[in-house]
Amino acid sequence: MPLSTARSNVRVVTLKIDGRDLSAREDETLLEVCREHRIPVPSLCYLEGLSVWAGCRLCMVELVNQNRLVASCATRAAEGMEVQTDSERLRRYRRTLIELLFAERNHVCAVCVSNGHCELQTLAQRLGIDHIRFAYRQAHEVLDSSHELFRLDHNRCILCTRCVRVCDEIEGAHVWDVMGRGSQCRIISDLAIPWGQSETCTNCGKCVQVCPTGALIKQGTSAGEMVKDRHFLPILARRRAR
Amino acid sequence: MHLEDLEALAARYHAEETHEQEIRVCVAASCQSSGSLPVLEALQSACAGQGNGRCKVKGVGCMGLCSAGPLVAVAKRHAPLNESVLYRAVTPQDAAEILASSGGAPVERLRCPTDQPFFQRQVRIVLERSGLIDPESLPEAIAHGGYSALIQAITEMTPAEVIREVTASGLRGRGGAGYPTGLKWSTVAKMPGAQKYVICNADEGDPGAFMDRAVLESDPHRVLEGMAIAAYAIGASKGYVYVRAEYPLAVARLETAIRAARRAGFLGARVADTPFGFDIELRLGAGAFVCGEETALMASIEGLRGQPRPRPPYPAESGLWGCPTLINNVETFANIASIVRRGSDWFASIGTQGSKGTKVFALAGRIKNTGLIEVPMGISLRTIIEEIGGGIPDGKGFKAVQTGGPSGGCIPADYLDTPVDYDSLKSLGTIMGSGGMIVMDETACMVDVARFFMEFCMSESCGKCVPCRTGTWQMHALLDRIARGEGTPEDLALLEELCEVVQSMSLCGLGQTAPNPVLSTLRYFRHEYEAKLQNQPLRKPQTQRGTG
Amino acid sequence: MTEPKITLATAWLDGCSGCHMSFLDLDERLIALADRIELVYSPLVDAKTLPETVDLGILEGAISSEEDLEKARLFRARCRLLVSLGDCAVTGNVPAMRNAFRVEAVLDRAYRENVTCNPQIPSLGVPALRCPVKPIHHEVSVDVFVPGCPPSADTIWYVLSELIAGRMPEPARVTRFGA
Repeated sequence: MPLSTARSNVRVVTLKIDGRDLSAREDETLLEVCREHRIPVPSLCYLEGLSVWAGCRLCMVELVNQNRLVASCATRAAEGMEVQTDSERLRRYRRTLIELLFAERNHVCAVCVSNGHCELQTLAQRLGIDHIRFAYRQAHEVLDSSHELFRLDHNRCILCTRCVRVCDEIEGAHVWDVMGRGSQCRIISDLAIPWGQSETCTNCGKCVQVCPTGALIKQGTSAGEMVKDRHFLPILARRRAR
Repeated sequence: MHLEDLEALAARYHAEETHEQEIRVCVAASCQSSGSLPVLEALQSACAGQGNGRCKVKGVGCMGLCSAGPLVAVAKRHAPLNESVLYRAVTPQDAAEILASSGGAPVERLRCPTDQPFFQRQVRIVLERSGLIDPESLPEAIAHGGYSALIQAITEMTPAEVIREVTASGLRGRGGAGYPTGLKWSTVAKMPGAQKYVICNADEGDPGAFMDRAVLESDPHRVLEGMAIAAYAIGASKGYVYVRAEYPLAVARLETAIRAARRAGFLGARVADTPFGFDIELRLGAGAFVCGEETALMASIEGLRGQPRPRPPYPAESGLWGCPTLINNVETFANIASIVRRGSDWFASIGTQGSKGTKVFALAGRIKNTGLIEVPMGISLRTIIEEIGGGIPDGKGFKAVQTGGPSGGCIPADYLDTPVDYDSLKSLGTIMGSGGMIVMDETACMVDVARFFMEFCMSESCGKCVPCRTGTWQMHALLDRIARGEGTPEDLALLEELCEVVQSMSLCGLGQTAPNPVLSTLRYFRHEYEAKLQNQPLRKPQTQRGTG
Repeated sequence: MTEPKITLATAWLDGCSGCHMSFLDLDERLIALADRIELVYSPLVDAKTLPETVDLGILEGAISSEEDLEKARLFRARCRLLVSLGDCAVTGNVPAMRNAFRVEAVLDRAYRENVTCNPQIPSLGVPALRCPVKPIHHEVSVDVFVPGCPPSADTIWYVLSELIAGRMPEPARVTRFGA
C-alpha cells in the first residue's frame, strides 16, 4: 500500500528542501512533497498510486545534517529535516545509475517502439548522459509475443516492477512477478509461462500503461506490423455494384 | 517449575550416569565429513562388547580443531576438553586401542596435545558445552546447566530486569554489525502490540564461515534457551529459527531439540508451568545469501520473495507480519543464558571497553589449525593467527586475513597487533562480521581475492535495486579485466567510482558493503592492482603520431 | 588576415551513412561552414589519405570489423579532438544488435540463406568481422558524443558551432539516444 494514507490526526511539519521552507503532512514522503512543489527528483520505479518499491535509487536525496543519502520515496517528512535533492554528488550518482541500466540490457532506442515516449531515455537526456562508460552486458533476452494484445520485450525491461505492483494492487490479478537473482532477474507471468497462456491475465493493459520503457507494449505498434488490410474493399465494392 | 526442580532434575541425570570414563566422538559436520560416524560406531560396538559399563561412548559437538578430525576425546565423566586425552584423525581401526587405553596410558601415535595454544588461549562461553555433551540429548544439556537461566529469568526476574542485565553486559550483536543487544531488546519491549516475534537468524552465508552451524550442531538447546529468555523479556509468544537448508545436520538437531524442549515444558503454552507461553518453529532458507538481511529474512518467513525493503520501519517497530520483531543472530542468543546465569558483571569483565565477552571465529584458508575458536574480545590478530592458528603452513609468509566475509575487508601484516574488537576492526576498513577469518599467505593475489568476493555478491544480489544488481556485475567485469591483465587506468578509476556509488546508493547491507573487499584491498594492496594494469591509457598522447 | 581554417576529417565505420546525410542536411549552412572548416578527409571528398594531424575528427558508425578498429585508432592518433557522431558510434546501436548471434550465423544469414545466386561467404579483400560490435569509445577515447539516429542537422550545427567557437558542446541539451 502507498506509504501515505490520509489520516485525520496527522500532524503537519515544516522542513527545508533545497533551501526552501516547506510544510508537509508527516505521513507524506519526501518525494511526494517534492512532486507537490514541482521540485524535480528523478525516479523510475516510483509511480503515484502504487506501493513504494525503492529499487531504482534515483530519487535518493541528501539529508544535510546527517550527511546521509535516503530514498525520498521511502522516507517520510519530519520536523526540521533539511534535504538537498540536487548536488554534484547526487547528479554523478544518478548518471551512473542510468548508465548502469543502459549497459544492463539492450536499450536500442533508435529501433524501440517507445522511442520518444520512454522515461529511461528522457531521464538520460535530462541528466546529460550522452554515452555509456560501462561495458554492455551483452545479455540477449527473449521477447514474449504470445499475448494477443500485448508484448513483453525483456531487452527493454529495467525491473522497476511497476507492472507487478499495478497488476497486484490495482487490477488484483497478480499476473506478474519476478524470478531469478541479480541481473538474471526476469519479470514472469504466472509461474513463468508465456503471457498468452496466462490464466490470470484479464487483458486490462494496466501493466503496459505503467511501464516506463518499451518493455511492455501493445501489439501492432512496431513499424513492421503496420500491415495494411484491404480485403474489405473488393468485397464491399462487389456488393455495391449489385 | 522452579530452579530447585531443575537442579534436582540435573542431579538425577547425574546420578543415572554410572560410567567413569567418556569417549567423546565429534559428530558435528566437519568431523562427520572426515569420517567420524564409522569411528563412533566402531567405538560403540567395541564398548558394548566390553560390556562392563565403566566406559560410555557418545557423539558430541564440535571440539574446534576441525583440520585434525575426526576428533575423539577420552576423559573422566564431565571433565572439560583440556583435561581430556584428545586423539586426531581417528579411524575405525583405532577403536579397540583407544577403548583399551581409556583411563590408562594414552595411544601416543594418535595424540593431539591439548596443552597447545589452540586450546589454552580460548575462552569458551558460547561453546562451553560444545564437544562436551551429546547435542541430541536434552538431559545432557540440563545436566550441564541448560535451561537454568530460562527458569531463573521467568521465575525470579521481571522482563525489565532481564533486559537490564543484557544491557549491562555490554553484549553486541554477533551477526556482524555489532548493534547493542540490550538496546535492541528494550526497543522491541517498549513497542506496543499484543503479538511480538523473536527470530533467530541462522542464515549463515559468508564464504568460509561456519560458527553458527557449529553452535547449532553442537548445542542447539543453548540457542533455544536464549530465544526463550528474549521472548520473555520483550513479551513475544512466538519464535522462528531461520536456518539455511544447506545445514541439514543443524536442521535435524534443531528439530530434535525443539521437540524435546516442548515435551519437557521449556517451550509451549506454559513454559515451565508459568503463565509465560513461547514456542519456536523452524523456517528453512532456500539458499539466498540476502535472506540473512533482516527484512529479506522476514519476507522469506512470510512466504514472500526474499528481498529487502527500506528501513525504517525497523523490525522492532514493524517486523514479521507488521508486528514488533526481535532479530538476533545464533551466537548472540547463545550468549544470553550465560549472561543471565553468571551475571552481567562477569560478562562485562571479559573483553574490551566497547566490545564485551567472547567471539567465535571460523579459522580458514592458509593456516595450520583450521577450525572453530572462541576467544575473548580484544585478543590480538597475531595471537589468533600465529599462536592459536599455528601460523602459516609450508613455510610461507603471512599476507592478509579477511574478516567479515564479502562485507568485510582484509588486514595486512602491519596491523596484526590490532586488538579484535568492533571498533578497531572498523578503523582498519573491515568489520568484525559474523566470524569468518580467511587467512591468506604470500602467494595470494589480492585482485583475485576481491574478484572472488565480488562474484559472490554479484550472484547473491537479489536484483531489487539497480546499484547492487548491475553495479556488482560491472565491478566484477572490471575486476576480471584487471585480474586478467587487460585492465587500464581508466578501468581502475571506473571501479573506484562504482565502489562509491554502490556503497552509497544500494538499498540494503548486501549492496552497501559489497565494495568493501575492493576498497580494502585497494587500501592496502593498490600496487597489486596497478602492477596488473596495461599502462597504456586509451588516449594516446596527442603529440604522438599514429603508425598507420 | 583570415584565421586559419580548422581541418576536419570524417569517416564512416559500421553505420548507414545517415549521419553523413544529416551533415549534408545543413544545407545552406554548409556554405558558412566552408569559411571556417576545411574538409581534408571524408567519404564526401576525394582525398584518400588521412593527414598526419587533423584538428577535428568525426566518426560515424560502430566498430564492427578490423578495418573499423584500425580507422578509429588512426583517427584517435591523428585528430586533436574526436567526435562520435550518431547512435552507432555512441552506443553500437543497430550494428550491435548482431551481438545476439554468432558471427558465423550472421554471415550465413546474409550470404547464404538469403542469396539465390552463387551463395558464398566473402573472404578475400574484406575486413574480418569483430565480436562483439562496440561503440567507438570502448576501443579508443572520444572527446565529444553526439547521440541521435541520426543527430539532426540542427544538432550537428550546434556541436560544430560550439567547437569552432572553442567551447565544449553539451550535446545532451539538443539530442538524445534514438533522437
